[in-house]
Amino acid sequence: MAMAQSPFDAPPQGENAFARITHNVARVAEVPKPPRGWYIAFGIALTLLSIFGVSIGWLMWTGIGIFGNMNPVFWAMPIVNFVFWVGIGHAGTLISAILYLLRQNWRTAINRFAEAMTIFAVICAGIFPGLHVGRPWLPYWMFPLPNQMSMWPQFRSPLEWDVFAVGTYFTVSTLFWYMGMIPDFGTFRDRSTTRLRKAIFGLLAMGWRGSSRQWHRYERAYLILAALATPLVLSVHSVVSFDFATAQLPGWHATIFPPYFVAGAIFGGFAMVVTLAVPARQFFGLKRIITVGHLELMAKIILATGMMVGYAYSMEFFIAWYGGNDYEMFTFFNRALGPYAWSYWAMIFCNVVSPQVFWSKKMRTNPWVILGVGVLVNIGMWFERFVIVITSLSRDFLPSSWGYYKPTFWDFSLLAGSFGLFFTLFLLFCRYLPMVAMAEVKAFHPSAHGHGDEHH
Amino acid sequence: MSHHDDDLHGLLAEYETPSALVAACKKVRDAGYAKWDTFTPFPIHGIEKAMGIRMTGLPWIVLAAALVGLASAVGLQWWTNAVDYKFISSGKPMWSIPANVPVYFELTVLFSAFAALFGMLILNNLPQPSHPLDHLQAFGRVTDDRFFLYIEKGDAKFDLAETQRLLDGTHPVTVDAVNEDRRTSDQLPKPLVLTAAVIAVLALVPFAFIAKARATKTDKPKIHAMGDMDWQIKFQAQQPNPLFQDGMAMRAPEPGTVALDEHPDDEHLTAGKVDGQFVRTFPAGFKVDEATMARGKERYQIFCAPCHGVSGNGDGPVAQRAMTLAEGTWVPPTALGQDYLRQMAVGQLYDVVTNGVRNMPAYGSQIAVDDRWAVVLYLRALQKAKAAPVGDLTDAERAALK
Repeated sequence: MAMAQSPFDAPPQGENAFARITHNVARVAEVPKPPRGWYIAFGIALTLLSIFGVSIGWLMWTGIGIFGNMNPVFWAMPIVNFVFWVGIGHAGTLISAILYLLRQNWRTAINRFAEAMTIFAVICAGIFPGLHVGRPWLPYWMFPLPNQMSMWPQFRSPLEWDVFAVGTYFTVSTLFWYMGMIPDFGTFRDRSTTRLRKAIFGLLAMGWRGSSRQWHRYERAYLILAALATPLVLSVHSVVSFDFATAQLPGWHATIFPPYFVAGAIFGGFAMVVTLAVPARQFFGLKRIITVGHLELMAKIILATGMMVGYAYSMEFFIAWYGGNDYEMFTFFNRALGPYAWSYWAMIFCNVVSPQVFWSKKMRTNPWVILGVGVLVNIGMWFERFVIVITSLSRDFLPSSWGYYKPTFWDFSLLAGSFGLFFTLFLLFCRYLPMVAMAEVKAFHPSAHGHGDEHH
Repeated sequence: MSHHDDDLHGLLAEYETPSALVAACKKVRDAGYAKWDTFTPFPIHGIEKAMGIRMTGLPWIVLAAALVGLASAVGLQWWTNAVDYKFISSGKPMWSIPANVPVYFELTVLFSAFAALFGMLILNNLPQPSHPLDHLQAFGRVTDDRFFLYIEKGDAKFDLAETQRLLDGTHPVTVDAVNEDRRTSDQLPKPLVLTAAVIAVLALVPFAFIAKARATKTDKPKIHAMGDMDWQIKFQAQQPNPLFQDGMAMRAPEPGTVALDEHPDDEHLTAGKVDGQFVRTFPAGFKVDEATMARGKERYQIFCAPCHGVSGNGDGPVAQRAMTLAEGTWVPPTALGQDYLRQMAVGQLYDVVTNGVRNMPAYGSQIAVDDRWAVVLYLRALQKAKAAPVGDLTDAERAALK
């Protein structure tokens, strides 16, 4: 809870609805000191970030032998973490692009920081394949750069598709995010009281003055970017699922993977959005902008997508039985009853059982229940990727090569460290950039309709 | 409102609500003005129609970029994987559409997204560092909660009194005269230019190092970034190992070990000798046929021809190069058609291939037993061809030689 003397607890100021929105959002970045909760969270995030730095340094120094990867589990936690983080990003694009195309205007309250979440999550995701390749100073070999070896990447490999899909996703998300912020940078510029702020935000706003002729092209560009980002986000996790689905390993080789991965990504991403939104609205006094109604809508999406992944889990079992393939059947029995059954049932509990509380209106309108389920779903979605990667690899076709994968300290420190990177970036974003899309929120305010009062 | 006419840039009207602005827009539009604009904190629904703004051409720019992106993706994958560096992958054709579709899609989207953002900025004339309106205190609220309509003096219909009257009739909060901006320098700020220059120079540094590395040679050992990968705790071939009595890491096979394709009892086959004498016959079971001859020719051209030459004249490319260098230490390879070699027992020829002779190294470790005999067979064929009397040729062949 924010303290009583915190500026964020003061009533919103401004003579009209638009000014109140501006003030509420802009003051977060303008007050000399953020609330104490921000400092505590930032301290924790920086600690985790330094763990990340030390872990990567040690990895560089000594090699990937520090991972628990072994024969036959050659793809282990780095890939689990990669898929987990890429998935987190997807809700941000869903909110900013798909809900925009569907004219779901409630999205304006949360789209900005959901987009920020996307970008930071994709940064975290991108680090893991780079570390996992063994020689972390050579990942540029994945790009089609002319080189003295006269070699080119292999474009028929899903891993190369990944490079292009994730790279495009990161770039387009960043462009979309930046473009959305241009008008709000203009607001920050015009409110700035110091030369430095005026210079920085003036540069970022590029001379945006809100001309209607500019708004016209701006809105068209926004619509086009939303229309581009929508198939893009579906393609990214589909391509990530191809990494598995095009392999012939039982438990990976499934046509259900692309839609199942996309649904799971949106599910996990929304869980991360509520995990971030509930504390952020609390700390920064944004309860009037990010309302309980918004949280309730997100809870409903979590419930719906949670049941979609639940359907995918059961359909995998059904097809394993219906397909009549011995190896496939064994893999799924092994998931539920084998040495990694604990991870399978942790996944089922977090992803399928826990969102069911949202059938109750009382539960889905309680921010702290939503936060709790959000955290559980994040854990569950991490376990989902763990189950897919580890159980299939650890027991493949030949029983003689079976093994039991155990992550090492460094596997966990890198995972924890990536959260440090994510939260450090996110907290810096909350403190210094417009956390809510002010112009968009104003545009959907009831008093914003240009010709409204002519008819009434 | 006091000002010099020369200094006037335009008239700015301020409104409290979007609906007041939209109503004003319709009046200004209908009065026939062209160089005017409105400024608002957020896009106002329906204002395009009230202002008479036509649909932007941005979607066409994006479509063009999408096609360029698609073409780039096709060209990139075709050139890299089907032409310049051919990959055989899972028995698929060198060039097939389906496996390349994901990258087509991604690059199409990537190029389109860049075109959407940068096309919007360029069409909007952004970045626009300064504007005469910036010097009005009240205009600061344009990004907060106020709505403005601005008519430029440059408009053909602009008339100070007339335009003022038109704007006054739209119920604005105020109407202000806006002066030309004579205060803002038209130079870019010095710190900005300096920062950009420093960044531009620093960005060249890595490329300079790469260029230097590509253009120069070094005798320093390579950098071992991960020592643990390059120096592993294990015994390698030819290294000492105190764990064994003979002190060597490599282990010899147990005495009496026989590999699958070895025939230690058949001295004729494996050594080309019987009772210490080189044999003059091929081993039992050695088939003299087209297939063996073809195999012998192939092995000969791989292992022997580099020195002895394709025809066995001792003029292979290695020999020619050595003669060109003329270093004086080179023992030329034997011409294989010489009489003493034609008389030599096949067993001895086999022995030379296996164990080498004078400067010629042993090829026993590289050529399998049966293949060595096939090479000897092909050698015999070469020798016969070199000494073939004219009478052995057909009429047609003789005619071809003339």
